[in-house]
Amino acid sequence: MKLCDAKACVLRVGGTNCDAEIKWVLEDLGLSTDILHMNQAIKKDLADYQMLVFPGGFSYGDYVRAGAIWSREILTKLKKDLEIFIDEGKLVLGICNGFQVLVEIGILPGDGENVSGIPTAVLANNISAKYECRWVNLKVESDRIPFFGLLKKGQALQIPIGHGEGRFILQSEDALTELIKNNQVVLRYISPDCAAAEGKYPNNPNGAVYDIAGICNRKGNVMGMMPHPERAYFGWQLPSWGKELPKFGDGKAIFESAVNYIKKY
Amino acid sequence: MIVKIEVKLKPGHFDPEGDVTAKSLRDLGFKVEEVKVSKVYTLNLLSGNAEEAVNQAKDMCKKLLANPTKDNFTVEVLGLEKADNKKS
Repeated sequence: MKLCDAKACVLRVGGTNCDAEIKWVLEDLGLSTDILHMNQAIKKDLADYQMLVFPGGFSYGDYVRAGAIWSREILTKLKKDLEIFIDEGKLVLGICNGFQVLVEIGILPGDGENVSGIPTAVLANNISAKYECRWVNLKVESDRIPFFGLLKKGQALQIPIGHGEGRFILQSEDALTELIKNNQVVLRYISPDCAAAEGKYPNNPNGAVYDIAGICNRKGNVMGMMPHPERAYFGWQLPSWGKELPKFGDGKAIFESAVNYIKKY
Repeated sequence: MIVKIEVKLKPGHFDPEGDVTAKSLRDLGFKVEEVKVSKVYTLNLLSGNAEEAVNQAKDMCKKLLANPTKDNFTVEVLGLEKADNKKS
């Protein structure tokens, strides 16, 4: 598909954030992007878009649980459209609160296609009992998904986090084994010298099982991640002030990979 | 029908909010061994039947209020009238 014919949609509700930043980076890569409030989205046809982004923030004040209320709103208002969107192989990205929403709605890990409304995992309170807002080190676990086309398996990335509920946990050991076996673990927290975080703070900032920072569905076209790649796109967003700043940060490859996938779609 | 739903962490799950609350209470001089934090929802349901109200409340927990990975829940029928509305 020609990029000029493609479009992305960033959804928002009360309490979401970084929607403008996501639009900024996608349009910097040439992908026209609409920011739609849920009340606008339900009147639009999702079929007009090639990528859907659930941004970060604190949707509906994170009442009940992080992402719980927004996920049920999607379930009641956009379920069919979203299932068709995913089934067609189009891209869905959940960042931070957006990841929590995709888990709460049962898309991730789930089978990644049916919007069951019954979560099989949770992003629970950080073990540190703190809101962790800082840069973290990550390792790419899979380079076969559309979001990581420009990345290599094992590659290290630096992207910031900002969350109080990021501890990814599953219902059983078997569920984790299954997730690993299906190559659904795509990002893990590591130490600054690229060693495994092994669950230890501060390299693993929240206590997530298997140091999981991001997962995808089985097809790989739906991805959720706790770090914010839109906050690591431009060189001037990076923490290395005083040194010569690169033009772009590590977040760029994720969005650029998605845009490349859309071009081939 | 007034129904009370309590959603709490399953045994063995980390409760960072409980842990820091316990620490703060100890700092204040209270002899606290452990604090567990839970959420209580008090609902006024349009149902005059206790069994039906309990079933509805359980369904609400499954569909929204509790995440089965980390939460347990209990449902209790408090009666027909809101405690706040009762005249002393």
